[in-house]
Amino acid sequence: MAIILSNEYVATDIYHMKVAYTGNVAPGQFFMVRTWLKEPLLSRPLSVFNYNEDVIEFLYQKVGEGTRLLKNAKAGERIELQGPYGQGFPITRSNYVAVGGGIGIAPLYFACKRIKDKYPRKHLTVYLGFSDQPYMVEAFEKIADDVHVDVGGRITDLVQVSKDDVVITCGPEIMMAALCRQIPEENTVYVSLEEHMACGVGACLGCSREGAQGKNVRICKDGPVFNREVIYR
Amino acid sequence: MSNPLATTFAGIPFKNPVTTASGTFGFGDEYANFYDLTELGGLCTKGLTLEPRLGNKGQRLYETPSGLINSIGLENPGIDHFVERIWPHLKTLPSVTIANVSGSDENSYLEALRRLNAIDVPLIELNISCPNVKAGGMAYGTSPDSAANLTAKAVAVSRHPIMVKLTPNVSDIVSIAKACEEAGAVGLSLINTIQAMAVDVHQKKIVFDNIYAGLSGPAVFPIALRMVHQVCKAVDIPVMGVGGIATWEDALAMMMVGATCIQVGVMNFIDPYRPIKIIEGLKNYCEEEGLKSIEEIRGILL
Repeated sequence: MAIILSNEYVATDIYHMKVAYTGNVAPGQFFMVRTWLKEPLLSRPLSVFNYNEDVIEFLYQKVGEGTRLLKNAKAGERIELQGPYGQGFPITRSNYVAVGGGIGIAPLYFACKRIKDKYPRKHLTVYLGFSDQPYMVEAFEKIADDVHVDVGGRITDLVQVSKDDVVITCGPEIMMAALCRQIPEENTVYVSLEEHMACGVGACLGCSREGAQGKNVRICKDGPVFNREVIYR
Repeated sequence: MSNPLATTFAGIPFKNPVTTASGTFGFGDEYANFYDLTELGGLCTKGLTLEPRLGNKGQRLYETPSGLINSIGLENPGIDHFVERIWPHLKTLPSVTIANVSGSDENSYLEALRRLNAIDVPLIELNISCPNVKAGGMAYGTSPDSAANLTAKAVAVSRHPIMVKLTPNVSDIVSIAKACEEAGAVGLSLINTIQAMAVDVHQKKIVFDNIYAGLSGPAVFPIALRMVHQVCKAVDIPVMGVGGIATWEDALAMMMVGATCIQVGVMNFIDPYRPIKIIEGLKNYCEEEGLKSIEEIRGILL
Protein backbone atom coordinates (compact mmCIF):
# COMPACT_ATOMS: atom_id res chain seq x y z
CA MET A 1 0.00 0.00 0.00
CA ALA A 2 1.24 3.45 -0.89
CA ILE A 3 0.00 6.89 0.15
CA ILE A 4 -1.41 9.43 -2.29
CA LEU A 5 0.38 12.78 -1.96
CA SER A 6 -1.81 14.76 -4.35
CA ASN A 7 -4.42 14.16 -7.03
CA GLU A 8 -5.27 17.17 -9.14
CA TYR A 9 -7.46 18.13 -12.05
CA VAL A 10 -5.42 19.03 -15.13
CA ALA A 11 -7.93 19.33 -17.96
CA THR A 12 -11.31 17.85 -18.86
CA ASP A 13 -11.21 14.25 -17.58
CA ILE A 14 -7.42 14.42 -17.11
CA TYR A 15 -5.88 14.11 -13.64
CA HIS A 16 -2.37 14.12 -12.19
CA MET A 17 -1.64 11.96 -9.15
CA LYS A 18 1.49 11.84 -7.02
CA VAL A 19 2.17 8.85 -4.80
CA ALA A 20 4.91 8.13 -2.26
CA TYR A 21 6.87 5.24 -3.74
CA THR A 22 10.45 4.01 -3.80
CA GLY A 23 11.76 1.51 -6.31
CA ASN A 24 13.33 1.04 -9.70
CA VAL A 25 11.05 2.25 -12.46
CA ALA A 26 11.85 2.51 -16.16
CA PRO A 27 10.07 4.93 -18.52
CA GLY A 28 7.28 3.13 -20.37
CA GLN A 29 6.59 0.68 -17.55
CA PHE A 30 3.22 0.62 -15.82
CA PHE A 31 1.58 -0.28 -12.54
CA MET A 32 -1.68 -2.09 -11.82
CA VAL A 33 -3.39 0.31 -9.43
CA ARG A 34 -6.52 0.33 -7.29
CA THR A 35 -7.85 2.55 -4.52
CA TRP A 36 -10.86 0.32 -3.89
CA LEU A 37 -11.30 -3.05 -2.21
CA LYS A 38 -13.64 -5.15 -4.35
CA GLU A 39 -15.41 -3.22 -7.07
CA PRO A 40 -14.50 -2.89 -9.83
CA LEU A 41 -12.94 -6.33 -9.80
CA LEU A 42 -9.80 -5.58 -11.78
CA SER A 43 -7.00 -3.15 -11.04
CA ARG A 44 -6.24 -0.53 -13.68
CA PRO A 45 -3.02 -0.35 -15.68
CA LEU A 46 -1.48 3.13 -15.51
CA SER A 47 1.83 4.01 -17.12
CA VAL A 48 4.29 6.12 -15.21
CA PHE A 49 4.25 9.85 -15.99
CA ASN A 50 7.26 10.65 -13.83
CA TYR A 51 9.41 9.21 -11.08
CA ASN A 52 11.74 11.24 -8.97
CA GLU A 53 13.00 11.18 -5.39
CA ASP A 54 10.52 8.70 -3.91
CA VAL A 55 7.53 10.18 -5.68
CA ILE A 56 5.81 8.44 -8.55
CA GLU A 57 3.43 10.38 -10.76
CA PHE A 58 0.53 9.25 -12.94
CA LEU A 59 -1.25 11.30 -15.56
CA TYR A 60 -4.52 9.57 -16.35
CA GLN A 61 -7.82 10.02 -18.06
CA LYS A 62 -11.17 9.32 -16.44
CA VAL A 63 -12.74 6.74 -18.72
CA GLY A 64 -14.82 4.36 -16.64
CA GLU A 65 -15.63 3.37 -13.09
CA GLY A 66 -12.06 2.56 -12.03
CA THR A 67 -10.60 5.87 -13.13
CA ARG A 68 -13.63 7.69 -11.71
CA LEU A 69 -12.77 6.24 -8.30
CA LEU A 70 -9.12 7.11 -8.83
CA LYS A 71 -9.85 10.75 -9.54
CA ASN A 72 -12.00 10.94 -6.41
CA ALA A 73 -9.14 9.69 -4.21
CA LYS A 74 -7.74 12.31 -1.85
CA ALA A 75 -4.25 13.12 -0.65
CA GLY A 76 -3.43 10.96 2.37
CA GLU A 77 -5.52 8.04 1.19
CA ARG A 78 -4.10 4.64 0.31
CA ILE A 79 -3.50 3.26 -3.14
CA GLU A 80 -2.36 -0.22 -4.06
CA LEU A 81 0.43 -0.29 -6.63
CA GLN A 82 1.47 -3.57 -8.24
CA GLY A 83 4.48 -3.28 -10.45
CA PRO A 84 6.32 -1.80 -12.15
CA TYR A 85 5.45 -4.18 -14.97
CA GLY A 86 6.43 -4.53 -18.61
CA GLN A 87 9.22 -3.44 -20.92
CA GLY A 88 9.90 0.27 -21.19
CA PHE A 89 11.47 2.56 -23.79
CA PRO A 90 15.11 1.72 -24.56
CA ILE A 91 17.17 4.86 -23.96
CA THR A 92 20.37 5.13 -25.94
CA ARG A 93 22.80 7.88 -26.92
CA SER A 94 20.71 9.19 -29.84
CA ASN A 95 18.64 12.11 -30.89
CA TYR A 96 15.03 11.39 -30.07
CA VAL A 97 11.66 12.35 -31.50
CA ALA A 98 8.67 11.77 -29.21
CA VAL A 99 5.16 11.74 -30.66
CA GLY A 100 2.25 11.68 -28.23
CA GLY A 101 -1.49 11.75 -28.77
CA GLY A 102 -3.88 12.66 -25.97
CA ILE A 103 -3.30 10.78 -22.73
CA GLY A 104 -0.58 8.87 -24.59
CA ILE A 105 1.75 11.72 -23.68
CA ALA A 106 1.94 10.28 -20.14
CA PRO A 107 4.73 7.70 -20.53
CA LEU A 108 6.55 9.94 -23.02
CA TYR A 109 7.19 12.63 -20.42
CA PHE A 110 9.10 10.24 -18.18
CA ALA A 111 11.02 8.90 -21.18
CA CYS A 112 11.89 12.42 -22.35
CA LYS A 113 13.11 13.33 -18.91
CA ARG A 114 15.35 10.29 -18.72
CA ILE A 115 16.71 10.94 -22.21
CA LYS A 116 17.68 14.48 -21.28
CA ASP A 117 19.01 13.48 -17.85
CA LYS A 118 21.27 10.87 -19.40
CA TYR A 119 22.23 12.61 -22.64
CA PRO A 120 21.69 16.36 -22.17
CA ARG A 121 23.51 17.26 -25.39
CA LYS A 122 21.40 15.01 -27.57
CA HIS A 123 18.50 16.66 -29.37
CA LEU A 124 14.95 15.94 -28.31
CA THR A 125 11.95 17.01 -30.37
CA VAL A 126 8.46 16.50 -29.01
CA TYR A 127 5.16 16.44 -30.92
CA LEU A 128 1.98 16.55 -28.86
CA GLY A 129 -1.44 16.10 -30.45
CA PHE A 130 -4.71 16.81 -28.69
CA SER A 131 -8.25 16.49 -29.98
CA ASP A 132 -9.47 19.37 -27.85
CA GLN A 133 -7.72 20.95 -24.90
CA PRO A 134 -3.90 20.73 -24.63
CA TYR A 135 -2.30 19.87 -21.29
CA MET A 136 1.16 19.40 -19.77
CA VAL A 137 2.73 21.19 -22.73
CA GLU A 138 4.81 23.46 -20.45
CA ALA A 139 6.24 20.45 -18.65
CA PHE A 140 7.56 19.15 -21.97
CA GLU A 141 8.83 22.60 -22.95
CA LYS A 142 11.02 22.62 -19.86
CA ILE A 143 12.93 19.52 -20.92
CA ALA A 144 12.74 19.22 -24.71
CA ASP A 145 14.63 21.22 -27.32
CA ASP A 146 11.55 21.70 -29.49
CA VAL A 147 7.90 21.11 -28.71
CA HIS A 148 5.25 21.16 -31.44
CA VAL A 149 1.59 21.05 -30.53
CA ASP A 150 -1.46 20.33 -32.63
CA VAL A 151 -5.03 20.68 -31.47
CA GLY A 152 -7.86 19.13 -33.47
CA GLY A 153 -5.77 18.11 -36.46
CA ARG A 154 -3.35 15.32 -37.19
CA ILE A 155 -0.11 15.55 -35.24
CA THR A 156 1.54 13.12 -37.65
CA ASP A 157 1.33 15.76 -40.39
CA LEU A 158 3.83 17.89 -38.44
CA VAL A 159 6.33 15.16 -37.64
CA GLN A 160 9.72 15.33 -39.29
CA VAL A 161 12.56 12.98 -38.53
CA SER A 162 16.21 12.97 -39.48
CA LYS A 163 18.37 10.01 -40.25
CA ASP A 164 19.40 8.23 -37.01
CA ASP A 165 16.62 9.79 -34.90
CA VAL A 166 15.01 7.30 -32.57
CA VAL A 167 11.25 7.77 -32.43
CA ILE A 168 9.11 6.97 -29.40
CA THR A 169 5.35 7.20 -29.56
CA CYS A 170 2.25 6.60 -27.53
CA GLY A 171 -1.32 7.51 -28.35
CA PRO A 172 -4.30 6.25 -30.31
CA GLU A 173 -3.28 3.25 -32.36
CA ILE A 174 -4.50 4.86 -35.56
CA MET A 175 -2.01 7.67 -34.93
CA MET A 176 0.88 5.33 -34.17
CA ALA A 177 0.16 3.13 -37.19
CA ALA A 178 0.07 6.21 -39.45
CA LEU A 179 3.30 7.46 -37.93
CA CYS A 180 5.02 4.14 -38.54
CA ARG A 181 3.94 4.22 -42.19
CA GLN A 182 5.44 7.65 -42.77
CA ILE A 183 8.73 7.23 -40.92
CA PRO A 184 11.53 5.70 -43.04
CA GLU A 185 12.37 2.08 -42.34
CA GLU A 186 15.90 3.07 -41.31
CA ASN A 187 14.64 4.87 -38.20
CA THR A 188 14.06 2.90 -35.07
CA VAL A 189 10.53 3.45 -33.75
CA TYR A 190 9.24 2.30 -30.38
CA VAL A 191 5.47 2.20 -29.92
CA SER A 192 3.72 1.92 -26.57
CA LEU A 193 0.45 -0.03 -26.84
CA GLU A 194 -2.64 -0.21 -24.69
CA GLU A 195 -5.20 -2.99 -24.22
CA HIS A 196 -7.71 -4.25 -21.68
CA MET A 197 -5.71 -6.12 -19.05
CA ALA A 198 -6.63 -8.38 -16.17
CA CYS A 199 -3.38 -9.62 -14.61
CA GLY A 200 -0.71 -7.26 -15.93
CA VAL A 201 1.95 -9.98 -15.66
CA GLY A 202 1.44 -12.09 -18.79
CA ALA A 203 -0.67 -14.90 -17.36
CA CYS A 204 -4.23 -14.26 -18.51
CA LEU A 205 -3.46 -13.58 -22.19
CA GLY A 206 -6.26 -11.03 -22.23
CA CYS A 207 -4.02 -8.41 -23.86
CA SER A 208 -2.39 -10.83 -26.26
CA ARG A 209 -2.52 -9.92 -29.96
CA GLU A 210 -0.94 -11.07 -33.15
CA GLY A 211 2.34 -9.38 -33.94
CA ALA A 212 4.03 -8.77 -37.28
CA GLN A 213 5.79 -12.13 -37.38
CA GLY A 214 2.60 -14.17 -36.94
CA LYS A 215 3.43 -14.80 -33.31
CA ASN A 216 1.38 -13.41 -30.47
CA VAL A 217 2.72 -10.75 -28.14
CA ARG A 218 1.42 -9.94 -24.69
CA ILE A 219 1.14 -6.19 -24.35
CA CYS A 220 1.60 -6.31 -20.57
CA LYS A 221 4.64 -8.56 -20.44
CA ASP A 222 6.38 -8.41 -23.84
CA GLY A 223 5.44 -4.70 -24.06
CA PRO A 224 3.79 -2.32 -23.58
CA VAL A 225 6.70 -0.79 -25.52
CA PHE A 226 7.64 -2.63 -28.70
CA ASN A 227 9.96 -2.01 -31.59
CA ARG A 228 7.52 -1.27 -34.43
CA GLU A 229 8.92 -4.23 -36.40
CA VAL A 230 7.37 -6.55 -33.84
CA ILE A 231 3.90 -5.06 -34.28
CA TYR A 232 3.50 -3.63 -37.78
CA ARG A 233 4.42 -5.32 -41.03
CA MET B 1 3.00 -31.48 14.10
CA SER B 2 1.90 -32.95 10.81
CA ASN B 3 0.57 -30.71 8.07
CA PRO B 4 -3.19 -30.38 8.59
CA LEU B 5 -3.69 -29.30 4.97
CA ALA B 6 -2.16 -32.41 3.42
CA THR B 7 -4.68 -34.32 1.38
CA THR B 8 -4.92 -36.84 -1.40
CA PHE B 9 -6.89 -36.50 -4.60
CA ALA B 10 -7.49 -39.78 -6.44
CA GLY B 11 -4.54 -41.24 -4.60
CA ILE B 12 -2.23 -38.35 -5.51
CA PRO B 13 -0.75 -36.58 -2.48
CA PHE B 14 -1.24 -32.81 -2.33
CA LYS B 15 0.59 -30.80 0.35
CA ASN B 16 -2.51 -28.62 0.54
CA PRO B 17 -5.82 -28.47 -1.33
CA VAL B 18 -5.13 -25.13 -3.02
CA THR B 19 -4.34 -25.18 -6.73
CA THR B 20 -4.47 -22.56 -9.46
CA ALA B 21 -7.05 -22.79 -12.22
CA SER B 22 -6.21 -23.39 -15.84
CA GLY B 23 -5.88 -20.27 -17.93
CA THR B 24 -5.29 -17.99 -14.98
CA PHE B 25 -1.75 -18.99 -14.16
CA GLY B 26 0.04 -19.57 -17.47
CA PHE B 27 2.62 -22.27 -16.80
CA GLY B 28 3.54 -20.70 -13.50
CA ASP B 29 6.44 -18.54 -14.72
CA GLU B 30 4.62 -15.25 -14.35
CA TYR B 31 3.83 -15.92 -10.70
CA ALA B 32 7.18 -17.44 -9.76
CA ASN B 33 8.39 -13.84 -9.27
CA PHE B 34 5.91 -13.36 -6.45
CA TYR B 35 6.32 -16.51 -4.38
CA ASP B 36 7.78 -19.97 -4.33
CA LEU B 37 5.43 -22.07 -6.48
CA THR B 38 6.21 -25.08 -4.32
CA GLU B 39 3.94 -23.49 -1.70
CA LEU B 40 0.95 -24.42 -3.87
CA GLY B 41 -0.85 -27.71 -3.62
CA GLY B 42 -1.04 -27.85 -7.37
CA LEU B 43 -1.03 -25.89 -10.59
CA CYS B 44 -3.26 -26.42 -13.62
CA THR B 45 -1.57 -25.45 -16.85
CA LYS B 46 -3.03 -23.22 -19.49
CA GLY B 47 -5.29 -25.31 -21.74
CA LEU B 48 -3.09 -27.33 -24.08
CA THR B 49 -4.04 -28.41 -27.57
CA LEU B 50 -2.28 -30.65 -30.06
CA GLU B 51 -1.35 -27.74 -32.30
CA PRO B 52 -0.19 -24.31 -31.12
CA ARG B 53 -3.05 -21.79 -31.13
CA LEU B 54 -3.07 -18.02 -31.39
CA GLY B 55 -6.44 -17.75 -29.65
CA ASN B 56 -9.29 -15.43 -30.49
CA LYS B 57 -9.14 -12.10 -32.27
CA GLY B 58 -10.69 -8.88 -31.04
CA GLN B 59 -11.37 -7.84 -27.50
CA ARG B 60 -10.75 -10.69 -25.07
CA LEU B 61 -11.79 -9.28 -21.72
CA TYR B 62 -14.86 -7.55 -20.35
CA GLU B 63 -15.34 -6.67 -16.72
CA THR B 64 -18.73 -7.13 -15.06
CA PRO B 65 -19.91 -6.56 -11.48
CA SER B 66 -17.65 -8.93 -9.47
CA GLY B 67 -16.87 -10.81 -12.63
CA LEU B 68 -14.78 -11.06 -15.75
CA ILE B 69 -15.89 -12.34 -19.13
CA ASN B 70 -13.06 -13.77 -21.19
CA SER B 71 -12.71 -14.88 -24.76
CA ILE B 72 -9.09 -16.00 -24.90
CA GLY B 73 -9.79 -19.05 -27.04
CA LEU B 74 -7.14 -21.48 -25.77
CA GLU B 75 -4.07 -19.56 -26.91
CA ASN B 76 -1.22 -21.96 -26.14
CA PRO B 77 2.11 -23.14 -27.54
CA GLY B 78 0.91 -26.66 -28.35
CA ILE B 79 1.47 -30.00 -26.68
CA ASP B 80 4.94 -30.70 -28.13
CA HIS B 81 6.29 -27.39 -26.89
CA PHE B 82 4.85 -28.18 -23.49
CA VAL B 83 6.43 -31.63 -23.37
CA GLU B 84 9.83 -30.50 -24.61
CA ARG B 85 10.25 -26.99 -23.27
CA ILE B 86 7.93 -26.39 -20.34
CA TRP B 87 7.62 -29.73 -18.60
CA PRO B 88 11.34 -30.11 -17.75
CA HIS B 89 10.97 -27.10 -15.45
CA LEU B 90 7.50 -27.84 -14.11
CA LYS B 91 8.41 -31.39 -13.14
CA THR B 92 10.96 -30.07 -10.66
CA LEU B 93 8.17 -28.48 -8.59
CA PRO B 94 6.98 -30.61 -5.71
CA SER B 95 3.48 -29.21 -6.13
CA VAL B 96 1.26 -31.27 -8.42
CA THR B 97 1.26 -30.13 -12.03
CA ILE B 98 -2.06 -30.80 -13.68
CA ALA B 99 -1.97 -30.71 -17.49
CA ASN B 100 -5.17 -29.22 -18.88
CA VAL B 101 -5.89 -30.75 -22.29
CA SER B 102 -8.35 -29.58 -24.90
CA GLY B 103 -9.06 -30.36 -28.52
CA SER B 104 -11.16 -29.52 -31.54
CA ASP B 105 -12.21 -33.11 -32.26
CA GLU B 106 -11.81 -36.54 -30.76
CA ASN B 107 -8.59 -37.25 -32.61
CA SER B 108 -6.89 -34.09 -31.50
CA TYR B 109 -7.81 -34.75 -27.87
CA LEU B 110 -6.54 -38.30 -28.04
CA GLU B 111 -3.35 -37.49 -29.91
CA ALA B 112 -2.53 -34.78 -27.38
CA LEU B 113 -3.04 -37.29 -24.59
CA ARG B 114 -0.81 -39.84 -26.36
CA ARG B 115 1.99 -37.29 -26.54
CA LEU B 116 1.63 -36.59 -22.84
CA ASN B 117 2.33 -40.28 -22.25
CA ALA B 118 5.98 -39.38 -22.87
CA ILE B 119 6.17 -37.47 -19.59
CA ASP B 120 5.25 -38.25 -15.99
CA VAL B 121 2.53 -35.68 -15.49
CA PRO B 122 0.69 -36.76 -12.33
CA LEU B 123 -2.83 -35.74 -13.36
CA ILE B 124 -4.63 -34.62 -16.49
CA GLU B 125 -7.56 -32.25 -16.52
CA LEU B 126 -9.62 -33.09 -19.58
CA ASN B 127 -11.20 -29.83 -20.67
CA ILE B 128 -14.57 -30.63 -22.23
CA SER B 129 -15.95 -27.30 -21.13
CA CYS B 130 -14.22 -24.37 -22.85
CA PRO B 131 -16.94 -22.07 -24.20
CA ASN B 132 -14.52 -19.99 -26.26
CA VAL B 133 -13.62 -22.20 -29.19
CA LYS B 134 -15.69 -22.87 -32.26
CA ALA B 135 -15.04 -26.61 -32.48
CA GLY B 136 -14.76 -29.13 -29.67
CA GLY B 137 -14.37 -27.60 -26.27
CA MET B 138 -17.72 -27.35 -24.56
CA ALA B 139 -19.48 -29.47 -27.21
CA TYR B 140 -18.20 -32.66 -25.57
CA GLY B 141 -19.27 -31.59 -22.12
CA THR B 142 -22.93 -30.83 -22.66
CA SER B 143 -24.37 -34.34 -22.93
CA PRO B 144 -23.72 -37.39 -20.74
CA ASP B 145 -23.16 -39.59 -23.79
CA SER B 146 -20.56 -37.42 -25.51
CA ALA B 147 -18.80 -36.71 -22.20
CA ALA B 148 -18.67 -40.39 -21.31
CA ASN B 149 -17.56 -41.38 -24.80
CA LEU B 150 -14.62 -38.98 -24.84
CA THR B 151 -13.71 -39.73 -21.23
CA ALA B 152 -13.64 -43.48 -21.87
CA LYS B 153 -11.42 -43.05 -24.91
CA ALA B 154 -9.15 -40.64 -23.03
CA VAL B 155 -8.81 -43.10 -20.17
CA ALA B 156 -7.97 -45.87 -22.64
CA VAL B 157 -5.34 -43.84 -24.48
CA SER B 158 -3.64 -42.09 -21.57
CA ARG B 159 -1.39 -43.75 -19.04
CA HIS B 160 -2.17 -40.89 -16.65
CA PRO B 161 -5.18 -40.42 -14.38
CA ILE B 162 -7.88 -38.30 -15.99
CA MET B 163 -9.89 -35.65 -14.17
CA VAL B 164 -12.69 -34.17 -16.27
CA LYS B 165 -13.46 -30.45 -16.10
CA LEU B 166 -17.18 -29.86 -16.39
CA THR B 167 -19.12 -27.02 -17.88
CA PRO B 168 -21.95 -25.36 -15.97
CA ASN B 169 -23.73 -24.60 -19.24
CA VAL B 170 -25.97 -27.65 -19.00
CA SER B 171 -29.39 -28.42 -17.58
CA ASP B 172 -28.21 -31.38 -15.48
CA ILE B 173 -24.57 -31.35 -14.44
CA VAL B 174 -25.07 -34.38 -12.18
CA SER B 175 -25.89 -36.71 -15.04
CA ILE B 176 -22.74 -35.62 -16.86
CA ALA B 177 -20.63 -36.00 -13.72
CA LYS B 178 -21.94 -39.54 -13.21
CA ALA B 179 -21.35 -40.41 -16.85
CA CYS B 180 -17.71 -39.30 -16.56
CA GLU B 181 -17.29 -41.27 -13.35
CA GLU B 182 -18.65 -44.41 -14.98
CA ALA B 183 -16.39 -43.85 -17.99
CA GLY B 184 -13.31 -44.01 -15.78
CA ALA B 185 -12.51 -40.46 -14.70
CA VAL B 186 -10.57 -40.49 -11.41
CA GLY B 187 -11.89 -37.06 -10.45
CA LEU B 188 -13.87 -34.05 -11.60
CA SER B 189 -13.24 -30.33 -11.58
CA LEU B 190 -16.05 -27.83 -11.80
CA ILE B 191 -17.07 -25.35 -12.94
CA ASN B 192 -15.58 -23.93 -16.11
CA THR B 193 -16.85 -20.47 -17.07
CA ILE B 194 -20.51 -19.63 -17.53
CA GLN B 195 -21.41 -18.73 -21.07
CA ALA B 196 -22.06 -15.01 -21.22
CA MET B 197 -22.17 -12.01 -23.53
CA ALA B 198 -21.52 -8.29 -23.53
CA VAL B 199 -22.79 -5.47 -25.73
CA ASP B 200 -21.19 -2.09 -26.31
CA VAL B 201 -24.35 -0.01 -26.57
CA HIS B 202 -22.47 3.15 -27.52
CA GLN B 203 -20.94 1.49 -30.57
CA LYS B 204 -24.02 -0.68 -31.10
CA LYS B 205 -21.94 -3.81 -31.31
CA ILE B 206 -21.28 -7.11 -29.60
CA VAL B 207 -18.06 -6.93 -27.61
CA PHE B 208 -16.60 -10.31 -28.53
CA ASP B 209 -15.82 -11.49 -32.06
CA ASN B 210 -17.00 -14.94 -30.93
CA ILE B 211 -20.26 -13.36 -29.69
CA TYR B 212 -20.42 -15.53 -26.54
CA ALA B 213 -17.66 -15.81 -24.00
CA GLY B 214 -17.08 -17.18 -20.48
CA LEU B 215 -17.92 -15.47 -17.20
CA SER B 216 -15.86 -16.17 -14.10
CA GLY B 217 -14.86 -14.39 -10.91
CA PRO B 218 -16.59 -13.94 -7.55
CA ALA B 219 -19.92 -13.38 -9.31
CA VAL B 220 -20.11 -17.08 -10.22
CA PHE B 221 -19.01 -18.49 -6.86
CA PRO B 222 -22.50 -19.27 -5.51
CA ILE B 223 -23.37 -21.12 -8.71
CA ALA B 224 -20.12 -23.10 -8.59
CA LEU B 225 -20.74 -23.92 -4.94
CA ARG B 226 -24.24 -25.18 -5.71
CA MET B 227 -22.99 -27.40 -8.54
CA VAL B 228 -20.10 -28.80 -6.47
CA HIS B 229 -22.64 -29.66 -3.78
CA GLN B 230 -24.94 -31.38 -6.29
CA VAL B 231 -22.11 -33.34 -7.88
CA CYS B 232 -20.45 -34.34 -4.61
CA LYS B 233 -23.76 -35.78 -3.42
CA ALA B 234 -23.93 -37.94 -6.52
CA VAL B 235 -20.42 -39.25 -7.22
CA ASP B 236 -17.77 -41.15 -5.28
CA ILE B 237 -14.73 -39.74 -7.10
CA PRO B 238 -13.05 -36.63 -5.69
CA VAL B 239 -13.97 -33.15 -6.89
CA MET B 240 -11.95 -29.97 -7.31
CA GLY B 241 -14.13 -26.95 -6.68
CA VAL B 242 -13.48 -23.98 -8.93
CA GLY B 243 -15.36 -20.79 -9.76
CA GLY B 244 -14.90 -17.41 -8.18
CA ILE B 245 -13.05 -18.53 -5.06
CA ALA B 246 -11.67 -15.35 -3.53
CA THR B 247 -11.04 -16.11 0.15
CA TRP B 248 -10.15 -18.99 2.46
CA GLU B 249 -13.77 -18.97 3.56
CA ASP B 250 -14.85 -19.62 -0.03
CA ALA B 251 -12.34 -22.46 -0.22
CA LEU B 252 -13.66 -23.87 3.03
CA ALA B 253 -17.25 -23.64 1.82
CA MET B 254 -16.29 -25.66 -1.26
CA MET B 255 -14.72 -28.32 0.96
CA MET B 256 -17.67 -28.37 3.34
CA VAL B 257 -19.92 -29.24 0.40
CA GLY B 258 -17.58 -32.01 -0.63
CA ALA B 259 -14.66 -30.65 -2.66
CA THR B 260 -11.32 -32.33 -1.98
CA CYS B 261 -9.24 -29.58 -3.58
CA ILE B 262 -10.00 -26.13 -4.89
CA GLN B 263 -8.70 -24.01 -7.76
CA VAL B 264 -8.12 -20.29 -7.56
CA GLY B 265 -8.79 -18.53 -10.85
CA VAL B 266 -9.53 -14.89 -11.57
CA MET B 267 -8.35 -13.75 -8.13
CA ASN B 268 -4.78 -14.48 -9.21
CA PHE B 269 -5.18 -11.47 -11.51
CA ILE B 270 -6.30 -9.14 -8.77
CA ASP B 271 -3.84 -10.34 -6.17
CA PRO B 272 -0.97 -12.62 -7.18
CA TYR B 273 -0.56 -13.75 -3.57
CA ARG B 274 -4.19 -14.82 -3.14
CA PRO B 275 -3.59 -18.61 -3.31
CA ILE B 276 -0.93 -18.26 -0.61
CA LYS B 277 -3.28 -16.17 1.55
CA ILE B 278 -5.96 -18.85 1.14
CA ILE B 279 -3.48 -21.53 2.24
CA GLU B 280 -2.57 -19.42 5.28
CA GLY B 281 -6.23 -18.84 6.09
CA LEU B 282 -7.00 -22.55 5.93
CA LYS B 283 -3.98 -23.34 8.10
CA ASN B 284 -5.12 -20.85 10.75
CA TYR B 285 -8.63 -22.23 10.58
CA CYS B 286 -7.38 -25.76 11.28
CA GLU B 287 -5.39 -24.48 14.24
CA GLU B 288 -8.26 -22.49 15.69
CA GLU B 289 -10.75 -25.31 15.22
CA GLY B 290 -8.31 -27.88 16.52
CA LEU B 291 -8.46 -29.93 13.33
CA LYS B 292 -5.71 -32.48 12.80
CA SER B 293 -6.66 -32.56 9.13
CA ILE B 294 -8.68 -30.34 6.84
CA GLU B 295 -10.30 -33.56 5.68
CA GLU B 296 -12.33 -33.55 8.90
CA ILE B 297 -14.55 -30.83 7.50
CA ARG B 298 -14.84 -32.25 4.00
CA GLY B 299 -18.42 -32.92 3.03
CA ILE B 300 -19.92 -32.03 6.41
CA LEU B 301 -22.71 -30.18 4.60
CA LEU B 302 -23.56 -32.92 2.15
